[in-house]
Amino acid sequence: MGGNLLSNYHEVVSIILFGIGFAALLLSRNLVKKFIGLNIADTAVYLFLASKGYVLGRAAPIVSVGGHNAADYINPIPTGLILTGIVISVSVTAFAFALIVKLYNRYKTLDLDEIIALSLLEKP
Amino acid sequence: MNSWFAKNLFRVLCAFICICIVAILLITVSWLPAFGDPDSPTNNEVSAKYLEDGVEDTGAVNIVAGMILDYRAFDTFGETCVLFVAVCAIVALMQDDRKPHAMDKPSYASERPRQDAILRTTSLVQIPMIMIFGFYVILNGHLSPGGGFSGGAILGSALILHANVYGVEHASRFLSFKVYRRTVSVCLIFYALAKGYSIYTGANHIRSVIPLGTPGKLLSAGLIMPLNIAVGLVVACTVYIIYILFSKGDEE
Repeated sequence: MGGNLLSNYHEVVSIILFGIGFAALLLSRNLVKKFIGLNIADTAVYLFLASKGYVLGRAAPIVSVGGHNAADYINPIPTGLILTGIVISVSVTAFAFALIVKLYNRYKTLDLDEIIALSLLEKP
Repeated sequence: MNSWFAKNLFRVLCAFICICIVAILLITVSWLPAFGDPDSPTNNEVSAKYLEDGVEDTGAVNIVAGMILDYRAFDTFGETCVLFVAVCAIVALMQDDRKPHAMDKPSYASERPRQDAILRTTSLVQIPMIMIFGFYVILNGHLSPGGGFSGGAILGSALILHANVYGVEHASRFLSFKVYRRTVSVCLIFYALAKGYSIYTGANHIRSVIPLGTPGKLLSAGLIMPLNIAVGLVVACTVYIIYILFSKGDEE
């Protein structure tokens, strides 16, 4: 174990959130709950990236016009990556829910095990 | 006991794997540089370059906007295309196979406007304010926190509120799926042409004719404000259309 576990408590929280989301993705049988878990895991990754880009005591990267010092501002790159991630996660979630609506209309259930059992019963 | 274990083997294994992953990642976190450390390897010469030269190169005071819409604009273009492709895929999925063109003129028989006095009265005040705030966030994307994505989401929420209060049919008079398709296509083509031009001039060392203006003024930062408007329109329409497609529900 390294010595930074307590000072990195933002990252620790994001790892625990990721674990919760991943467990929900694997353990939950309900398809909607699975995607709630995926979104929790996404959010954990954003928290991790944001905390990696932060520098103690520095300002957000909205620079003042005229001479400014690069050492006064935090790292802007993780912020841009989080923006990308949010948009992709919204698109993936919307598409997944469209698929779930179609599955529900066909099998009248959201339980993945039941859907697999019902789909195996169908004649090809 | 044995049969319970066999039945739940998958779940036990999943829980075990999750705990293992969390433990491994926590050990890794304990070796990472301390939170907020200025000497951490993430704060390398790339971010220093953006912070030092960002205002001169892009003209945007908001370095994040300058980064995602100028230095890394094709990344944002791909992102916006992903949104559009997601909506196209949702439409293809939700569409009734027996009525292939029903999406252009959908029936909203189940979507009556809500006869709610509180909602109607407050929305009269709220919708214009939310819209003005959304436009403000989009137009000042290069000057203050915000930009196309966040402002577009605010505008989209105003449209969703409008559709909830006055009914989807009323809203689809000015924003049908056909209008959506055209708006988004025009915005994406404009984005691709504008960024193609600036990448062409940049790669061939030709001076771009688009002036950067004075940093800090509203009309500055070259292409960033038009690109923010394009992205904002795409996001606003997409958020609204996704809501409409899901609220249409089961029409069988």
